[in-house]
Order: sequence, then C-alpha cells, then structure tokens
Amino acid sequence: MEPIEELEQDALELPAEPMRLNMGPSHPSMHGTIRMVLDLDGETIVNVDVQPGYLHRGFEKSCERGTWTQVFPYTDRLNYVSPMLNNVGFALAVEKLIGVEVPERCQYYRVILGELARISDHLTCNGAAAMELGAFTPLLWLLKVREWVYDVLERETGARMTHSFGRIGGMAAPPTETLADDIREVIPQVHKVVAETESLLLHNRIFLDRMQGVGNLSKEHALGFGCTGPVLRSTGVDYDVRKDHPYMVYDRFDFEVPIGHDGDNYDRFMVRMEEIRQSCRIIEQALEQMPKDGPISIDDPRLTTPDKGKVYTTIEATIAHFKLVMEGHKVPKGQVYGYTEAGNGELGFFLVSDGGGTPYRVRVRPPCWFGLQAAREMLLGEMIADIIPTFGSVNMIGGECDR
Amino acid sequence: MSKAVIQRLSAQFGDRVLETRDFRGDEEAVVDAKDWVEVARFLRDDDATAMDHLVDLTAVDWPERGASGPRFDVLLSLRSTTKKHRVRVVTRVAEGASVPTLVEVYAGTNWAEREVWDMFGVRFEGHPDLRRILLYEAFEGHPLRKDYPIEQAQPLVAYRDVRGVTKLPPFGVDEGQPFARIDWRARLAGAHSQVSPALGMVEGQRRTLSDSEAAQALAEKIARTLGETADPAKSEE
Repeated sequence: MEPIEELEQDALELPAEPMRLNMGPSHPSMHGTIRMVLDLDGETIVNVDVQPGYLHRGFEKSCERGTWTQVFPYTDRLNYVSPMLNNVGFALAVEKLIGVEVPERCQYYRVILGELARISDHLTCNGAAAMELGAFTPLLWLLKVREWVYDVLERETGARMTHSFGRIGGMAAPPTETLADDIREVIPQVHKVVAETESLLLHNRIFLDRMQGVGNLSKEHALGFGCTGPVLRSTGVDYDVRKDHPYMVYDRFDFEVPIGHDGDNYDRFMVRMEEIRQSCRIIEQALEQMPKDGPISIDDPRLTTPDKGKVYTTIEATIAHFKLVMEGHKVPKGQVYGYTEAGNGELGFFLVSDGGGTPYRVRVRPPCWFGLQAAREMLLGEMIADIIPTFGSVNMIGGECDR
Repeated sequence: MSKAVIQRLSAQFGDRVLETRDFRGDEEAVVDAKDWVEVARFLRDDDATAMDHLVDLTAVDWPERGASGPRFDVLLSLRSTTKKHRVRVVTRVAEGASVPTLVEVYAGTNWAEREVWDMFGVRFEGHPDLRRILLYEAFEGHPLRKDYPIEQAQPLVAYRDVRGVTKLPPFGVDEGQPFARIDWRARLAGAHSQVSPALGMVEGQRRTLSDSEAAQALAEKIARTLGETADPAKSEE
C-alpha cells in the first residue's frame, strides 16, 4: 500500500454531489418560523433560498379596515421585542402626515421609553446569539436584566410587551412619579450585566472563532440591499436615523454611533452591545432634561380624547370623544414616509390618506426584512453551522419581517 | 431637504419627469415606466445625487382613478449616505402591465418586487425569480388590492382523509373578519363608501357575513356534518 502522503490531495475526498437540505420552517434555532433551502457541497453552502412569510398576518390589509388609532395594537406585534419603538414610529409618521408636533415633555417621554425598548431588544438578540453558540449563562443574565427593564415599562404602560401606549398627538398616560427613580435603579444593573457578559464571552475561544470573520457583508452590498441599523453599521457606515435625520429631541443628546469594520457576526454583536451603553447615556440625559410638568398630549379635541372625567360630565367632551372613537382622526389627504431608528434599523411607515378616517395604505418598511435578504450574501461559502450565529445576528423578528 | 435632487432630475430628464410633488418635506418625482431603470441608475451614479442607499420599494392601489390614469403607483424610496438627502420616485402602471425590474441597480429590490407582485399583482419585467414571497403558491388573488375583500378566505389545503373520522368542512369562501369600515366592492360599484357603525347600514352595502346566504349555507353544512358524526344532545339523554 502506498504511503498516504503520496496520494493526491483530492483523492482523499469522498466524491459528493451537491445536496439539497431543507432547514426549517420550524427549526429550534430559528427566531420564529422561516425556511431555508440549502444547496450544500459537503458542509459548505453553495446556494441558499431564504423563504420568509410563515408569520404573515396581513398587517397592512388589517390597517385599512379601522381607524388610524386602531393601528397601534398591530404595531406592538411587529417587532414584539421592542414594541414601544414601533408605537412611537407610527405615531410620529401620522403626526408628520397631520403636520403637528407633540409637546416637549412627551418627546422626552417617548425617547426614554423608546430607548428602554431598544435596550431590551439588543439584550434579547445578543443573549440569544450567545445561547445558540452553547453559552447559556449570558442568555439568562441578559434576560434577567431585560425583565427588570420590562418591569419599568410595565409600571409605566401597564403591559410588559404589548403596550399599545402610543397615541396620535401624545401618549396614553403621563409618566408616573417614580419613573426617574425606577430607571436610575435599572441602568447600573444594565451596565453591570453587559460588562459581566462581555467578560464571559469576549475571551472565549469558541465564541470568537464562530463570530469573527463569519457572515461577512461588504459596505456596498449592505447599502444596495437596503440594510440599516446594526447590520449596516457593522460594515462601517455610520448611518443612524437618530444622528443623520434627528427626530424628536435626539439632537440634544450627546451619544456616539458605534460602527464595525468587517461586517461580520462579531461586529454586529459588538455594535449592539455598545448601543445598549449609548442608550443608557441617552436615557440619563433625557431624565435630566425632561420638563417636570406640562402637558403630555396635544390639547386639541380633533387629535386627542379629552379627560375621562370631562367625557362623563360635559357634553362637549362627550361629543369630541364620540367623534374620535367612531369616525377616527380626520387625517388630511396626502402621502408621507415617516422613519425612525428602531431596534433593527430604520423602521419606516409609508402612509397614504384619502382624507377619510381610515388609513388608505399603511406600508411598513421592516428593517429586518432587508437584513434578512442580505443574509444570503453573508452565508454563501460559509459552513452549515455558521447559519445559526449569522442568522441570529441579523435578528430577524418574524412579526416585523412577515407582517 | 431633497429639492436639489428633484432639480437635478428635472434638469437631466426634462419632460420625462412627468410631475413633482412636495408634501410635508417629502419630495416625489413621477416618471414613466420606460424611464424607470434609467432614472434609478442616474440617481445612484450621478455625483450630485449619489443615492447609494436603497430605502424601500412598494406600491399603492388606486382603483378609482379609472380613465384618468393607470391603476397602480410603484414607489421607490432612496437615500444618499454622503449627501443625506432622500427622494421618492413614482411610476404608474396599469393592471396587467409590468414595470422593468431594478434588481440590477439595487440588489435589495429583489424581495421588495416579489412582495409587490405577491400583494398587488404588478409584474416586474426581467426579474430573475418572480415568485410569491409572503404568501403561498396556491393563494388566489392579490390581497392588498382594494377590491380584494378583507374577509375573503382562501381555499386551504385539503384535509387528509382518515377512515372513520368525519371532519368539519374547510372554511367558506367569504369567511374571516366580518367587518371593515369601508366596503370596497360596494364603493367601486358606486355605493356610499363609509360603513362605520355610527352611520349605520347604507344602501348598496353588502350584508354582513352573519346574515349572508353563504354564511347560512355554511352554518347548515356544519350542523349537518355534526349531526352525521354524533349528536351530543341525544347521547346525553
């Protein structure tokens, strides 16, 4: 028998046809239900067809059947990890269409609640990313602190996840008296747990090997695919709606936009980690600057419902309440695109109004839809096991992606 | 903010920019479908516009335009990373007609165009893989069209026959959410459009699901099926 060194390198390889493998629609590591049809050469991905749509619920069609306010509960269920950002995004888009701006105190309140939602979004995504690579402790730690963030949101809005707290022209209720104290209690915990998690993961050989240099995306591809948020920033583009097109009071805060270099899983992970810290900074500044009192909603019977006390005692308030509930907001004719920075990137609402009390068309620009589309580019040429961290770092949220 | 883009576009294309609009700071330019790709490529490559970032591609259905114009608006939103301006380009397309695909210009329009095809039935000429994306292949119709009723149900995948087990019939054709504020079929047929409970029933309005003939037939069918398999009232006696 000839010595093994003398054999050609290829002769040791088993002859293999490309294999087609179905991953999903229901796979334990998939966030939500999604199907991937893989063409494999050994373990290398030659082609992948990502098929979303298993959570399609007809969001856009459903919006066309009620009033503008009745859309808020649907938006909670888009990115259900950070529903407050969707509430605020939709409210801002409708307010842009009407041409009004909410009182300053409400803007600060929206910023604070929105940044809390962003923290919970990133905590979940990064916790899941670590868990899928076998590190279970970070998930438990990060979800523990996420629960504390949810506790604050629950005290403010009455619900942990599906808040339905946004309103056209304001918020459903003014901030509670303990808002600042509650948040100042949670923020140090967030910092502590994020630092602990990083100390566990960032020196871990397995974690680094599976994150660094895996799932690369170039800047040009990311822009052409319409990626935004952490996926785009990890490639080195410093695009953040809060900085580039400041809305509400974001131009008054001092915060950084973290960017990566390679657009790999590690960069996406680190961008999210840093964004948690920056969100904490924004919240602290917003708590300082927020007016102590003042109206939380626009005082206009055409936009916001009057106080319940007045509705029950005066005829004017009863009429205003009735008209808003039964006929809806009379949003002027026109079409606008309102966009905000949500957990996954630019969350846009393209709204068309025909002047009636019902939305004519509500188009959601889901940020993770475009990120997921770019996942094919990230996965080609990688190994089959790399799908899990890559797909996780795109942070596809079924409710938002499939609508 | 993006006035300069509209001016640059008008200077380059002249009459071929059919209309420009500015509403609440959102600039729009309407172009013909045959100029669609050329305009997009110009916006991307020209140094003054430099629209390198795809934002969105979507559509809106306007069935009431009738003779005054084609039925669908297809809208492309773009953004520039260097100039930080935005613009929306609109083209109009009639039912059954198609728009040239932008996949060569912006790779991200691939899925967006598939979604528009799925939801509106607008075809994209030259698209490499124009399949439905959110819905399944057996889906009938395009649900975001205004004349697709929201309570429309789809023929589901047939039940598997199991011997000795009788199953309820599949959903009826008009089962689903029974109420919407606007009845588009009635509206397109010329009836009053608003059907909010405050206004009450309007003439020409389709009856609600619960008293429609189809619903009654379905209820009878369900009752029959249940009666065939087992009669719980009798067995309890």
